[in-house]
Amino acid sequence: MKAGGLREGDFRIPSGCAVAGIMNEDGKRFNGEKIVQAISIMRERSNGLGGGFSAYGIYPEFKDYYAFHVMFDHEEGRHGTETFLQESTVVVKSEAIPIRKQLSMTDAPLLWRYFLEVPKSRLNGLTEEDYVMRLVMHVNDSIEGAFVFSSGKNMGVFKGVGYPEDIGRFFRLEEYEGYLWTAHGRFPTNTPGWWGGAHPFSLLGWSVVHNGEISSYGINKRYLEMFGYRCTLMTDTEVIVYLLDLLMRKHNLPLDVACLVLAPPFWRDIDRMEENRREAVTALRMIYGSALLNGPFSVIIAHENEMIGLTDRIMLRPLVIARKEATLYMASEEAAIREVCPYPDRVWTPKGGVPVMARLNEAAAVR
Amino acid sequence: MLNFLPSDFSVLIEPESCIKCRRCVRECSFEALVFRDRVVPDHSRCVACHRCVAVCPSGAITVVRNRLAFRQNANWDEEIIKNVYKQARVGGKLLTGTGNDKPYPIYWDHLLIDAAQVTNPSIDPLREPMELRTYLGRKPSRLDFYHDAGGGFKLTTVLEPQIKLETPIIFAGMSYGAVSLNVHRALAAAARRAGTLMNSGEGGLHESLYSFGENVIVQVASGRFGINRAYLERAAAVEIKIGQGAKPGIGGHLPGEKVTGEISKTRMIPEGTDALSPAPHHDIYSIEDLRQLIYAIKEAVRYQKPVGVKISAVHNVAAISSGVVRAGADFVTIDGFRGGTGATPTIIRDHVGIPIEMALAAVDDRLRQEGIRHQASLIASGSIRSSADVLKAVALGADAVAIGTAALIALGCQMCQKCYTGRCAWGITTQRVDLTDRVDPEEGAERLYNLLRAWSLEIKEILGALGLNSIESLRGSRERLRAVGLTGTEMEILGVKPAGR
Repeated sequence: MKAGGLREGDFRIPSGCAVAGIMNEDGKRFNGEKIVQAISIMRERSNGLGGGFSAYGIYPEFKDYYAFHVMFDHEEGRHGTETFLQESTVVVKSEAIPIRKQLSMTDAPLLWRYFLEVPKSRLNGLTEEDYVMRLVMHVNDSIEGAFVFSSGKNMGVFKGVGYPEDIGRFFRLEEYEGYLWTAHGRFPTNTPGWWGGAHPFSLLGWSVVHNGEISSYGINKRYLEMFGYRCTLMTDTEVIVYLLDLLMRKHNLPLDVACLVLAPPFWRDIDRMEENRREAVTALRMIYGSALLNGPFSVIIAHENEMIGLTDRIMLRPLVIARKEATLYMASEEAAIREVCPYPDRVWTPKGGVPVMARLNEAAAVR
Repeated sequence: MLNFLPSDFSVLIEPESCIKCRRCVRECSFEALVFRDRVVPDHSRCVACHRCVAVCPSGAITVVRNRLAFRQNANWDEEIIKNVYKQARVGGKLLTGTGNDKPYPIYWDHLLIDAAQVTNPSIDPLREPMELRTYLGRKPSRLDFYHDAGGGFKLTTVLEPQIKLETPIIFAGMSYGAVSLNVHRALAAAARRAGTLMNSGEGGLHESLYSFGENVIVQVASGRFGINRAYLERAAAVEIKIGQGAKPGIGGHLPGEKVTGEISKTRMIPEGTDALSPAPHHDIYSIEDLRQLIYAIKEAVRYQKPVGVKISAVHNVAAISSGVVRAGADFVTIDGFRGGTGATPTIIRDHVGIPIEMALAAVDDRLRQEGIRHQASLIASGSIRSSADVLKAVALGADAVAIGTAALIALGCQMCQKCYTGRCAWGITTQRVDLTDRVDPEEGAERLYNLLRAWSLEIKEILGALGLNSIESLRGSRERLRAVGLTGTEMEILGVKPAGR
């Protein structure tokens, strides 16, 4: 994965950040201009060392295939990865990700995307998703100069080193249409200089943009290692993605229950709950204590059917929510929302540790 | 032959200050002071327990090290020379009490704790909730729920029994016999008030303390003293004691003169007989035998209580712990080589076992590698001296710690190491009624509770500095520790980076 210089994964880089997310619950698609506009108003919160977007619903004609977005340091990395993908999947389509060269973009890696089908015969008892997860881990761990930064279906991550609005223009996001967009502007305390270190972090259909520092990183990481996850990037966000994958995909917990693990209520509140709920939440804290995300964070988690805003339980980082008809907005600052939706029906600040969810309506969800 | 053994201490009495009240003479249980027209010390009997100093109304007494100089020798130091004299004279094993006092490295003192600055905010424990609640017991690796149509959910996983602690500090096993009943009373009352546990040790539980059962871990040790149905049923948890840090591989011997009426009843042995705890359990010669005893006890308590195992930290502790967890233990207590005791051969105390820091880190690592860390809680003991030690132990991977020596110091112990003589002048490790009366159970409970409260407050303070508001976010988080003055291998075993990295 790595070549030359200090990178994400070589040391820990605390970051401050801006986050934003827009979802149309009817599944109506809109292009990337809005989200770029929203995140760019929070330029103060980032420092030009990382920006990125995730977009859902952008590949309707390839919606049944895993869309891999991969960055390469050099052509050898690409050849190695393509050989590996051809051996382990059916590559339905491969192409360079269309870009617009910006003056402010230097050191851009080679950016390619692949639409992949997994032949049943290759699974050997694994679920298809576990199989794909292993492909991702293999490329990122073992193929020099290659990094898969997006691997879900009908979705994609676009990210790099720069201000988010520049990254948006670079990736020509106005040419994509999605029903759910999230965005991130990063303020790292060091200069990682590597595009893979920018947010969102994504695995399979999950993507996470995150503002904050997880003070419980050490135990979250060791906990995940027990379940076979390798946290190679040493970033908090990577940990959040893997925890969600573990809790929801492997342990089958629904999203609201998973949120109770990540930002649980205080014992004093649990002790006052009605019996069934108290028993359930107590057990969650007992069993999943190592998965509690402690320390300041606000995070926007996206998945094909939903977008979730969550802060730490004492809300040490900001998050504002707004609704206008079927569209839910989330951002670090209200200004970002007002920029693209001047008169929302409702604007509010969520309670610390209590998730806010936008869900695709049932009719729209059956796509 | 001249039989010369210089005394360890000198008792100095200022004649001008002494008012000749003779209180010191009455209080000195080691008979180091007699009164002949003035207080006359027998230096050779003084153990530096400070009782006389504490009770002297005119401050006339000082105890100092015997100034008699041996020629300086880093190899043959004074203690070693004296030990040879003693053994040449009587031909026996030398005994001692408390924990290892030799200058081995104390790894706690080579570990430093992180704090939050700028990129993550520290949290003020006076303003925000700080959670120390801890559950001990076997946990499943995942949970299942039943979801109803209305969005509610109900836990469907049946949990194994868990014990709730309001602070991750429990009292270590100290038997009635090794310590007095008043000490047990104080420990039980303090444990109840603080929402934590005491541990009966291996001498049974006095009937008057059965009502504190919810706050007591009862031990099943190789002597099987005091074990009956009610003992197991009343307890919060049962601990099979295999080893003790101060004397790994060694049994116990409570001399007959300590087996008084109440102790004989509690231990269920005849009055005046020696209470012998064999070195091994004679029904446990292997790991599969341990499994049988664990499950025999689980059957006896109808699977309603956690059953744990206490082992001492020895070289192969990681593999042994892994076996103990696989044998069904719901918690494992690991006692480091600095752990205390009422009596042990000095040579064992000072030379057998390994430090708890290393043992704990190795065990936590191994259980994680094997994917069974959740199956048992880890309790670390064997010299936890302060709230900082507690935090460091938790960061290395302990679910909770057990304190024995610190608890006794809270009751007045001056660490004179003479517990095995049965003469404890502070009334702690003795059964002589005139001495045991010196511990007031209520006042003792208050002091023990104060200690737990003070340490818990300090733990909250440090958690807040770390930017955490719940102890489980530090548990096993070695990332929040840095080492100073350790070798690369030591840091690798502890799983910590050097300061500056």
